[in-house]
Amino acid sequence: MSDFPFLSVLTVAPLVGALVVVLLPRRRPELAKQVALGWSLLVLALSVVMWVSFQVDGDRLQFRESYPWIPTWGVNFTFAADGIALVMLMLIAVLVPLVILASWHDAESSKRSVPVYFALLLVLECTMIGVFAAADVFLFYVFFEVMLVPMYFLIGSYGGHQRQYAAVKFFLYSLVGGLFMLAAVVGLWVVGGKTLDWQTLTQVDISTGTERWLFLGFFLAFAIKAPFFPFHTWLPDAGGAAPAGAAALLVGVLDKVGTFGILRYCLPLFPEASKWFAPWALALGLIGIIYAALLAVGQSDLKRLVSYTSIAHFGFIGVGIFAFTTQAGTGAVLYMLNHGLATGLLFLVVGMLIARRGSALIKDFGGAGKLMPLLAGVLFFAGLASLALPGTAPFVSEFLVLIGTFTVNKPVAVIATLGIILAAAYVLWMVQRTTQGTLNPELTGIEAMRRDLSLREKVVVAPLIALVLLLGFYPKPVTDVINPAVQATMQDVGKTDPAPEVGSVQEASR
Amino acid sequence: MTELKLPSIDYAALSPILIMLGVALLGVLVEAFVPRRHRHLTQLSLALVAVLGALVMVVFNADERLVTIGGAIAVDGPTLFLQGAILVLAAMALLLIGERSVERGGAFVAQAAVTAESDDDRRQAEGSNGATEVYPLTTFAVGGMLIFVAANDLLTMFIALEVFSLPLYLLCALARRRRLLSQEAAMKYFLLGAYASAFFLFGVALVYGFTAGMPDRAAGVDFATVHAAVKDSPASPVLLFAGMALLAIGLLFKAAAAPFHVWTPDVYQGAPTPVTAFMAACTKVAAFGALLRVFHVAFADAAWDFTPILGVVAVLTMLVGAVLAVTQTDIKRLLAYSSIANAGYLLVGVLAPTGAGVAGTMFYLAAYGFSVLAAFAVVTLVRDADGEATHLSRWAGLGRRSPFYAGVFTFILLAFAGIPLTSGFMGKFAVFGPALESGQAWLVVAGVLTSMVLAFPYLRVVVMMWLSEPGDSTPTVTVPGGLTATALMIGVAATLVLGVLPAPLLDLATDAATFVR
Repeated sequence: MSDFPFLSVLTVAPLVGALVVVLLPRRRPELAKQVALGWSLLVLALSVVMWVSFQVDGDRLQFRESYPWIPTWGVNFTFAADGIALVMLMLIAVLVPLVILASWHDAESSKRSVPVYFALLLVLECTMIGVFAAADVFLFYVFFEVMLVPMYFLIGSYGGHQRQYAAVKFFLYSLVGGLFMLAAVVGLWVVGGKTLDWQTLTQVDISTGTERWLFLGFFLAFAIKAPFFPFHTWLPDAGGAAPAGAAALLVGVLDKVGTFGILRYCLPLFPEASKWFAPWALALGLIGIIYAALLAVGQSDLKRLVSYTSIAHFGFIGVGIFAFTTQAGTGAVLYMLNHGLATGLLFLVVGMLIARRGSALIKDFGGAGKLMPLLAGVLFFAGLASLALPGTAPFVSEFLVLIGTFTVNKPVAVIATLGIILAAAYVLWMVQRTTQGTLNPELTGIEAMRRDLSLREKVVVAPLIALVLLLGFYPKPVTDVINPAVQATMQDVGKTDPAPEVGSVQEASR
Repeated sequence: MTELKLPSIDYAALSPILIMLGVALLGVLVEAFVPRRHRHLTQLSLALVAVLGALVMVVFNADERLVTIGGAIAVDGPTLFLQGAILVLAAMALLLIGERSVERGGAFVAQAAVTAESDDDRRQAEGSNGATEVYPLTTFAVGGMLIFVAANDLLTMFIALEVFSLPLYLLCALARRRRLLSQEAAMKYFLLGAYASAFFLFGVALVYGFTAGMPDRAAGVDFATVHAAVKDSPASPVLLFAGMALLAIGLLFKAAAAPFHVWTPDVYQGAPTPVTAFMAACTKVAAFGALLRVFHVAFADAAWDFTPILGVVAVLTMLVGAVLAVTQTDIKRLLAYSSIANAGYLLVGVLAPTGAGVAGTMFYLAAYGFSVLAAFAVVTLVRDADGEATHLSRWAGLGRRSPFYAGVFTFILLAFAGIPLTSGFMGKFAVFGPALESGQAWLVVAGVLTSMVLAFPYLRVVVMMWLSEPGDSTPTVTVPGGLTATALMIGVAATLVLGVLPAPLLDLATDAATFVR
């Protein structure tokens, strides 16, 4: 079964689905939604088959496919996935159907076409899968840039307050990063001897000066995408303005392209430069953890608050990557997955709250739990997951990042730990002001606020809650997939761990 | 007494040029003898047949590599590629020029001599059929461009420059509406163009002086002699540098590079939109074809001397185009500044002294030509009772009124912005790669930085069209006639195909990238 071209089929399938959805008659939006949901479930099923046929102790890159594209430039359609990519592909496949289900009525409130909204989600899925599946730098770049287009229209056409501003800011920030990367890609193409095949490029020796410039080009693009402090200002705007479903995909998956890019491209292709820049990257990560958490505490808008929490979490991921230990690296990749699940859940639940209230401002809520105990409970759970309470999945990853960092760099680990305390502050305070305490009298007048989770919404949150708990108690299936890839990456950088790592990974997870 | 030897003439190799110029003369006769009501159809089909015939001959000549007619014309890979590109783009432009169903009587004035803004003028604007002189003029211009990219000596190049410039000056003045603006554009273009031609001619004279005095060669302005002179002329290099600079001014003027770009926005705005499209696509190809030949053939060995200067010009061009595009409020002016910035990117390709640089530039030219023609085709369609609605504020909410055309235009703008899966991205990669390879990293960095600036105005149009609510003054998009629709579809399809599968054209350009001398 491993001969099956999983990755290209997975990339193309959502695009075909999007075409089908767009061509459906406009007057039957229900049909479009059902087709989109069915299609994304199909992709999920295929991804599960791929997950099963991935050999944990096999090659680093599996499911490799390569077709010639532009022979003059030595550019090919090359797809391949390592453990890290596989985990991210799985996350996409799980999140998209849930987002489609969660956004069932979102597009109706705007005056735009409903089928187009779901088609855009599928196009976005296609580009997201492509970006993680690509093993040719050119192909990666193509998906990296094209990904902006559907997201731009999702935010700009279907978003809320200030959507135009947010969409343009999102697009320009990402494009600026992308163009820096384009210069670096061209440079890499020249020094790499006119090829952009990832595997070939890892063998190329680059002079120190060039390597640092190329690293910077890639790193800037990824740091804007992730986003790391100080390139983060677009995310709260975009996350605040995007419809909840798209926002969940934006921070849950799209931003992971940045951290994934650092792991897949910066570290193996420019190992020396990575080590040289590591102190700076660690500093950016630390500032992000503390600064974004402080800003999150002060937010008055729910979606912006969740966006800021994400920036803090990306700081953790960044620290995990640039600590250069397998534990921290595994923790970072696991965090990419867990953050996608936990924050995705948080965004979707917050979206449900906002849809009912018609406002995203925290002060418009208060005591909502008395009206909707179940929704409030889910919000509380999602909040606890994103502050990394033991027993939820993010705890495992945060803990791994911290201990992995502690073994090599104690001050960094200690400062990062402060972020956990701040996380408790922003999450608990947000929960307290929205669902706990005395009931805001305005809420009783709103009929929608009396409706607790519908069956559709329960179906949306149940799998995410289950996954967060499952991976909180038993992350081994995922760490087994991630570990070899992270180890290989660390070997590329030429860093060895100070202490035996595999045993402690499993202890930590128990 | 020396025997007078007639130069050998390879008529087959010259046939594309001969066809275009011959049919242009025929078109003048048609104006004189064919009744007015048949002229439009006769002229349009004649011009199209000529272009297609010439294209067939170019394809037929594809493997020719020779210098003919006494060393005046070189038929080689770049010549044939660029001639092919000019002819394909000219065919599309002719379709736009020939369109008469979008506006009654077409985009051209019936009698250019009628005083602008007079009662007669208003009457003719109401729908009398446009002048058909535009077809022979266009055909002449195309013929001149074909010579321009094939010219193998500086005098032939000068004559070709005039042959294609003069009809363009006239064409600019023929807009049906906003006559004063159109005439002003033509006047500006003519005066500045005349200066540029004078600079060019003076440059030719200086270079001729520089070639004099070589032991084994007579003085001359053919590229082989100039090339030899650059190596071992005893004359002062000041002649060479001054001559090169003056020649470059003449060529960069046509290419719309800063600081010789000031005519571009006014002329692009004032000229009838089909003519603007023709200039933006075909003139660009011709001008850069000539630049490539002059700097890669004649002055190749002076690359050390001209590269820094032209590099500065390229950076300046990109900067001026990108920064000023941000402030524009008129779609035609915006596209003009975008075209200036693109001239900068093309210069980056010209400055890569390798076959890959030539190939990349030629690919970029073709790719850009298709996109820009499609862009102006859309501009001709967005109109209200007073003609085209070119002010950007009028485009607000266009995506709601006409999602298809707004979608097409968005796609073109994404191509201009260099988003992958469009020809714009492939073109950028095609010129930046060779430039970086030949050590011009600073040009690539400048190109990337200005692309960031340039993305903003494009995005602003997209925001206008899709994210703004349509107002009362939002015009509807006219349903295009078959001609415009065909041109538009070819342009969009080419932008997409060259973005997804650029390999065939890129291979063609790479194979064609060697000059004969």
